[in-house]
Amino acid sequence: MNTMKRRSFLKGTLAGGVVAVAATSGLLRPAEVLAASWPKNAFTAKSVENALKDLFGTSATTASDAIKITAPIQAENGAVVPITASTTLPNVEAIAVVVEKNPSPLAASVDLTGASGYFRTKMKLGQTSPVHVVVKSGGKLYSAKQEIKVTTGGCGG
Amino acid sequence: MASFATKIKVKQSGGTALVLTLVKHPMETGQRVDKKTKQKIPAHYIQKMTFEVSGKQVAEANLGPAVSKDPLVGVQVKNAKKGDKVKVSWTDNKGNRGSAEETVQ
Repeated sequence: MNTMKRRSFLKGTLAGGVVAVAATSGLLRPAEVLAASWPKNAFTAKSVENALKDLFGTSATTASDAIKITAPIQAENGAVVPITASTTLPNVEAIAVVVEKNPSPLAASVDLTGASGYFRTKMKLGQTSPVHVVVKSGGKLYSAKQEIKVTTGGCGG
Repeated sequence: MASFATKIKVKQSGGTALVLTLVKHPMETGQRVDKKTKQKIPAHYIQKMTFEVSGKQVAEANLGPAVSKDPLVGVQVKNAKKGDKVKVSWTDNKGNRGSAEETVQ
């Protein structure tokens, strides 16, 4: 039984390796073909500024009271931290959730083309970190932040 | 093994509909190490999630690996009418996709 598992595991990793090689060599880019406009650079950026620059073209934000963040102040489990962002700003084009201390700070973003200024998700926090919510409204960026304390990390599993 | 149950729930009150989506998905970051094999578990996460109301796209979410396992994503739609069809569809970094549909009540 154990050997069987090991066999299929090896096969799995080998196949995965082939796809990875093909992807890096540019022969086949499954993710990019399927999600052509997924902002890869923004999601791999290592700082809040770079993530915002890649996503919105600028990192200049204005603090705003019109953004409401609903999230726990202290999270028991960093692997699942619910967050709800809502705003009363007009003409909301996009909302991004950025966790400052995560290895790649950008957690999620949403482009709104008809839906109102609201976004809800659950995210992982590696450690206690300020969480920024950035709202793009009328071509400008507005932000709000809240510190979320984490007692156990979310990246170790 | 690879089944990703996608659920959608629409709550309407006063013309504003809250659309909640739940996908059963591992959302693997690519940074975790398998304790037995000491190898990194390859990244596997949802990248795109699009919301449509009556065939028109209203929101497109980009998710990163920092979104939790079995992600819950919610958006709000104004001027939702009874009978409007709300559809959510997603794709992950391995090319899996899924969708779910619900009618506004």
